[in-house]
Amino acid sequence: MSAIRTVFRRELASYFATPVAYVFIVIFLLLAGALSFYLGGFYERGQADLQPFFSFHPWLYLFLVPAVSMRLWAEERKSGSIELLLTLPLTMAQAVVGKFLAAWAFIGIALALTFPMWITVNYLGSPDNGVILASYLGSLLMAGAFLAIGACLSAATRNQVIAFILTVVVCFLFLLAGYPLVLDFFRAFAPQGLVDAIAGLSFFNHFSAISKGVIDLRDLLYFALTIAAWLYANAIVIDLKKAD
Amino acid sequence: MIETSQLTKRYGDFTAVDGISFRVEPGQVLGFLGPNGAGKSTTMKMIAGFLAPSSGSARVCGHDVESAPLDAKRNLGYLPEGAPSYGEMTPRGFLEFIADARGLAADVRRRRIDDVIGRLQLEGVLAQPIDTLSKGFKRRVGLAQAILHDPPVLVLDEPTDGLDPNQKHEVRTLINAMAHDKTIVISTHILEEVHAVCTRAVIIARGRLLADATPAELEARSRYHGAVSLTASNAGAAREALARVADIESIEIDPQDKRITAFPRKGRLIFNAVSEALKAQNVAVSELQLEAGRLDEVFRSITTAAQEARA
Repeated sequence: MSAIRTVFRRELASYFATPVAYVFIVIFLLLAGALSFYLGGFYERGQADLQPFFSFHPWLYLFLVPAVSMRLWAEERKSGSIELLLTLPLTMAQAVVGKFLAAWAFIGIALALTFPMWITVNYLGSPDNGVILASYLGSLLMAGAFLAIGACLSAATRNQVIAFILTVVVCFLFLLAGYPLVLDFFRAFAPQGLVDAIAGLSFFNHFSAISKGVIDLRDLLYFALTIAAWLYANAIVIDLKKAD
Repeated sequence: MIETSQLTKRYGDFTAVDGISFRVEPGQVLGFLGPNGAGKSTTMKMIAGFLAPSSGSARVCGHDVESAPLDAKRNLGYLPEGAPSYGEMTPRGFLEFIADARGLAADVRRRRIDDVIGRLQLEGVLAQPIDTLSKGFKRRVGLAQAILHDPPVLVLDEPTDGLDPNQKHEVRTLINAMAHDKTIVISTHILEEVHAVCTRAVIIARGRLLADATPAELEARSRYHGAVSLTASNAGAAREALARVADIESIEIDPQDKRITAFPRKGRLIFNAVSEALKAQNVAVSELQLEAGRLDEVFRSITTAAQEARA
């Protein structure tokens, strides 16, 4: 456990050692705010809730999370520090989980800094704060799933740009797995059971279920399993690719 | 203690390391010599537990690097090729991270960090990001990291690469100071380093171990071993004098500095005979030297022979 904490602390501090963290947080907050006020019709709807704010999170994450995850392993491989990290007395699982949690905590910090939205809506009316809390939880879980995909793909290359683009594409497919864009492609040849299974993988569906305030164990389990599966793949990819 | 047994690494059809076996005991400093791409770094990466061997095994202090990786890594200090570190960190932050990852207790941690900072003279750069440091300082930060937990076994991949002559000397002094109770393996292609720090040297080429001997034994394989070199103002007279020494097999003159080297017949000692012959003929020499043997020549003949055998 302390090995994970050590990796976590170093990784999280490294975000703030460069301007990357501040640029990311500022852009995230600006976009989150602008999208909810201008595209989401935060005022015009006349309802005291944060639905217009949360509905844009999947799209925000689609581009911003890969920007956080792209350097996780690609940078280590490029600089050679991966050799240092993996010859310290810690297991692969500790390294993978420590780094993932650091990136997740970083996005969590950015998400927490949107608290003025919550204050605003409470000032303007009396929203259901339970729903808002559930939405924050759903948003954080979804970010974690995006991030796990990004961490795994970042380990597959030493080029951060490639890691970014691959992650955006894969995340896009997962996001829209429940929509005709993706499903029509599979309907052409796959049996109905498989199409339904793919539809069940959609981030959108699980996120919107949670953000309605209904915390279903299945939705939580879905995100937890997605994260675990991609991190497991992450460890395998590192093992396969570290030699080159 | 480091022990490898038939250690092999294959990438597809290419065999980077081919059945290397050796054993290094505490108190020994083993030098890995070999041309670039010979498999030195790959061998070290396998000992350090970064790469898994395709076959064969490596043990660090008795712990197999594959079946007991954490125990092996705890006993090992490793400087990877190129001395990588986290560029955005400061040397102090970086060493603190390594100390935590190595699980050093609070009181030991403080003492060890101060100790390696002093030994590698990092005081002046402790608060600068590692990215902004010179190559020499980066290498020293890498070395500091490797010796931080005072490990019984050290594997250092080109520890003096990129250092200036003074820094090289300091690092060699550091290695010598640690050598008496530690097992140390270093790789280098600076042959003078073998003399300066190694008690034993192995030569690796094309993934195979071609020689395993003390530096003196390696030099003895040189055709220069036992030869006598001299510089005389009157080269003609010197050659005449040398012609009278019966045990000389052949004489060569360096075309550049006109230095004369006399090679003995096999197993004969000629130094005394040469100096007496010169004295008897009244040949003035500005320099007279008994050659121990030239490592670079031995290195070349061993490694090129391996290459020709492959071709």
